[in-house]
Amino acid sequence: MQIESDDRMPLRTSDDVVRVRQAVRARAVASGFSLVDQTKIVTAASEIARNTVDYGGGGELRIEALRNGQRRGVRLTFSDSGPGIRDIDQAMRDGYTTGNGLGLGLSGAKRLCNEFDIKSTAGSGTTVTIARWT
Amino acid sequence: MSDRENIILRLIDRHSQRLLRDWLAYQQREAKYGGTQREAETAELARRFLDQLRASARIAQFEDVETIEWRPIRELLEDLSRDRAVQGFSPTETATFIFSLKEPLFALLREELRDDTERLVRETSTTSRLIDRLGLYTIECYARTREEVIRRQQQELLELSTPVVELWDGILALPLIGTLDSARTQIVMESLLQHIVNSGAEIAIIDITGVPTVDTLVAQHLIKTISAARLMGADCILSGIRPQIAQTIVHLGLELNVVSKATMADALALALRRSGKAITERKQPAAPGSS
Ligand SMILES: Nc1ncnc2c1ncn2[C@@H]1O[C@H](COP(=O)(O)OP(=O)(O)OP(=O)(O)O)[C@@H](O)[C@H]1O
Ligand SMILES: [Mg+2]
Repeated sequence: MQIESDDRMPLRTSDDVVRVRQAVRARAVASGFSLVDQTKIVTAASEIARNTVDYGGGGELRIEALRNGQRRGVRLTFSDSGPGIRDIDQAMRDGYTTGNGLGLGLSGAKRLCNEFDIKSTAGSGTTVTIARWT
Repeated sequence: MSDRENIILRLIDRHSQRLLRDWLAYQQREAKYGGTQREAETAELARRFLDQLRASARIAQFEDVETIEWRPIRELLEDLSRDRAVQGFSPTETATFIFSLKEPLFALLREELRDDTERLVRETSTTSRLIDRLGLYTIECYARTREEVIRRQQQELLELSTPVVELWDGILALPLIGTLDSARTQIVMESLLQHIVNSGAEIAIIDITGVPTVDTLVAQHLIKTISAARLMGADCILSGIRPQIAQTIVHLGLELNVVSKATMADALALALRRSGKAITERKQPAAPGSS
């Protein structure tokens, strides 16, 4: 697997969430994603980015463009050093929210992507990695 | 040309490759964000900056960066701060471009003036002042751009604040366009409810053709708007859900619990039917001039 590009963006405010959506969309277009695939990864990115800002107290996003033979992919890594998630299974459940949301962000993002990984330590932050392939 | 100007000039001339390399290394160490593309852009900018610095230092006074000789450098810094302000960099991250030139320049001065401590101190402080002034100028430009961006956003917000239109007697339409952040949605929602009260409309069509992403936040805003409208006595119809958005909504697991139609025209047809009105085709096309 090759990494074709590797960029980082700050994630502090809701303006940054808008910028993340634009940057992910641009990356997905450049990687030849179909309209449906673009929309899926952009929407998943929007969910995780907003969690990073709202619950993680801000952090950063790493955007990688990948190539594996004929297939091309986009991998996104969101990290923050916020309070972390104590019970990940609970947080991944549809409808679970501590912030008056719909509780569908994490579980929905997982359904929108081909790869999903979440690591979190209470007290020292959260890292979510998602990827989608053509 | 004084001795002092010569030395910086001489150092940049003689060690430009090394200076550039060390400077970029410093920037990378300081920079939290970036990547392959940004690094390439920064390298290009740094090269241009050093060329310009060389050109300006040849003719200009170090004391006053407001003079005409420094204009090319100022323009370069203006471009830099505008780009970075728009991309969401903090002022510190933006000004680091300039301030991180100090260390490698000082290192060169130290080597060059090893045997003349007095002069080394003098040159170092002059150079430091120059870099400080250029750094502060960068921060000023950054602040100006941020203000412009904010002013423009506020204007856009005002322009978009009342997009409710009455399509027919008793039928309102709300075409949503762009990013639905919380502040904007609040305004749009209040405006829709106000129109419902004023017109006594019983049906409101919310069209999301112009909304690029429907995520859980947007969905939550829509759900709230729809139930508030219902409390005011109006039913909502959602239109303009494009196929890729429909698929995404399903995967997210969103349940909008609202009647939806592919296009605004379909939604209007349904609304007319519901309110007991009908649009029919004439048997014969109307003759021009007849009523
Ligand atoms: N980066 C994070 N740091 C700390 N807690 C988090 C983080 N991301 C998610 N959580 C926790 O997991 C819960 C579930 O997140 P999820 O995105 O699924 O739902 P939500 O954000 O509450 O609502 P929605 O995304 O549907 O608007 C959150 O309410 C929060 O308690
Ligand atoms: Mg969420």
